[in-house]
Amino acid sequence: MTLAQLIRLLQSSVCFGTVIMYGSIGEILTEKSGNLNLGVPGIMYLGGISGLAASFFYEFNNPAPSPVICLLVSFVAAFLAAALGGLLYSFLTITLRANQNVTGLTLTIFGGGVANFFGGSLNTMAGGVGQISVAATSAVYRATIPGLSGLGTVGALLFNYGFMVYLAIVVAIVMHWFLNRTRKGLNLRAVGENPATADAAGINVTRYKYLATCVGAGISGLGGLYYTMDYIKGTWANDGTIESLGWLAVALVIFATWRSVNAIWGSYLFGLLFWVYLVIPDLGRDSIELFKMLPYLVTIAVLIGISLRKKRENQPPASLGLPYFREER
Amino acid sequence: MSSVNNSKEPLLRIAKRDGISRPKAYAIRLAAVLLSLVVSGIFIFSVTKLNPVEVYKAIFNGAFGTPKRSWVTIRDTIMLLCIGVGLAPAFKMKFWNIGAEGQVLIGGIITAGFMRAFGSTIPTPALLVLMAVVSILGGCLWGVIPATFKAIWNTNETLFTLMMNYVAIQLTSYCVALWENPKGSNTVGVINQATKAGWFPSVFGQAYGLNVILVLALTIGMYIYLKYSKQGYEITVVGDSENTARYAGISVKKVTIRTMAISGAICGLAGFIAVAGSSHTISTSTAGGRGFTAIIVAWLAQFNTFVMILISLLLVFLQKGAIQIASQFNLNDYASNIITGIILFFILGSEFFINYRVILRGGKEAEHK
Repeated sequence: MTLAQLIRLLQSSVCFGTVIMYGSIGEILTEKSGNLNLGVPGIMYLGGISGLAASFFYEFNNPAPSPVICLLVSFVAAFLAAALGGLLYSFLTITLRANQNVTGLTLTIFGGGVANFFGGSLNTMAGGVGQISVAATSAVYRATIPGLSGLGTVGALLFNYGFMVYLAIVVAIVMHWFLNRTRKGLNLRAVGENPATADAAGINVTRYKYLATCVGAGISGLGGLYYTMDYIKGTWANDGTIESLGWLAVALVIFATWRSVNAIWGSYLFGLLFWVYLVIPDLGRDSIELFKMLPYLVTIAVLIGISLRKKRENQPPASLGLPYFREER
Repeated sequence: MSSVNNSKEPLLRIAKRDGISRPKAYAIRLAAVLLSLVVSGIFIFSVTKLNPVEVYKAIFNGAFGTPKRSWVTIRDTIMLLCIGVGLAPAFKMKFWNIGAEGQVLIGGIITAGFMRAFGSTIPTPALLVLMAVVSILGGCLWGVIPATFKAIWNTNETLFTLMMNYVAIQLTSYCVALWENPKGSNTVGVINQATKAGWFPSVFGQAYGLNVILVLALTIGMYIYLKYSKQGYEITVVGDSENTARYAGISVKKVTIRTMAISGAICGLAGFIAVAGSSHTISTSTAGGRGFTAIIVAWLAQFNTFVMILISLLLVFLQKGAIQIASQFNLNDYASNIITGIILFFILGSEFFINYRVILRGGKEAEHK
């Protein structure tokens, strides 16, 4: 393996990891409130398509798009659409008390349907070429810091990415601080561990669950945005990749044992495991498929490990996936 | 943080219903479905500017327009139903088996493997029995692994079974690459196309007749098993309260593993039916998300396997119809997922109005009978 190959592998891992890192840190916030939202793939779909559609219509109607507005329009659209998905889930599971797993899976079907339906339509709308492209917006997302990215190996490894790669790390660290060092974070964890006790202590359980789920969904949606804008360079393909990445994000939540800072290195490790077949010589196509199994096998091992060791701080939130109705205690 | 001035009555209150008559419950569900069709109609109209009634006509035409289309609709309904029937005992036990997708694929891979290997040496009837047995064992194993960890170490089964799906999906991709035919096509192609060895024979002149008979038998059997057998009763008790089950002397571990073995086995058999009875090939779309859709089917039917027939039919009907409108009106067929999503959201939401009453400010607390 040459140095160039190694650098290429690590870069692919970071880009791949960033997509699922957004998905999983959003889901960590959601799960900390006790909501197991299996709609992450659908939410990432919603984020991806909305960001793409918003910037497409902006670029379509403006011959000379301004980079700042490109960025704002797509970013806000992606976050809001994903948060709306979270709101729908919250309304059904918290207010209307529907089952969380079933609602989440329905959201995944719905989000995938919306994204692929409009993605396909946008591809048609984009004209004769049959392929949507938002070059101007994508360029903003992929811009690197001038000067730093040229610094040889270090520059290529550390500074050669779009801003969302760094934003993901910042969000993960801020979330860790919020959950563990602030009063509101403590309250949120209390809601996820034992909502009845939290309720008795005067915490508004419903409000915390709603907010955590919606904001968490918004963050997850940014994973879809990063995927469309940076990972596949401002295009769209109805190939179901976002869905499989979304499930990997759910897996990463377990791997990170519900700690957002663990998701940082965990996501890069998942990326590495996913792409490692690139540098192993003489692999047949069949063996490649076996290698792609690795992230899931590792997650199963972690899941078994944490249930065997029973360390208190590694456990899922105690009321994860369970409904809370005040009058049914 | 706390507000004490609750002098004013809230605008809306909710109260749990003591019970609801069956016709009333079905009326609420029917209203939800109708409402969701209206919302879907608005969606279709705003996107396409087509008359929704015309579109719904096209949907019907797509699902039942010709005898061939009707049979495809029935075949896919039966597939979805079979997986839903498999999930019923697990869900009744409150064991979240999200892994049907994987269990179906494992059954499918094994069936396809046997079909390729023994198609020319073992006569078809014996081969069919053999394939059914091994696919049942495969699905069973795929279900028992997470169940064992859940029973002994309380490992989260929702997440474990979810991960097992992806292991199975990658295994399927591996086998597809391994068995590729013709080379470079990235598909397995129809297995034993010339000899039809290991294919379901046609019954009453219908290629999918045997699928229907098998799955309907399973549906009735599962209904009886859950409702009238001792094991079915044990599943209900464990699902309602593990502590009660322990107190009554039921081994929760044993019931968990046994029930998941049954659940996985039926899903594995569904994989066998999909490969030997309909597609005669294997790919990741052999399950194609049905394992996830079936979860919704099983849950909405509240584990009543006969209600599952109706719900599976509704979902497949919409899917087939949406594919038809997609080609007829030049849309893409993901519209079916949107419509399915909208309808499911409404049905899920409607359960609330079956279990609870909403009381307006000043309304009477007592229920009108």
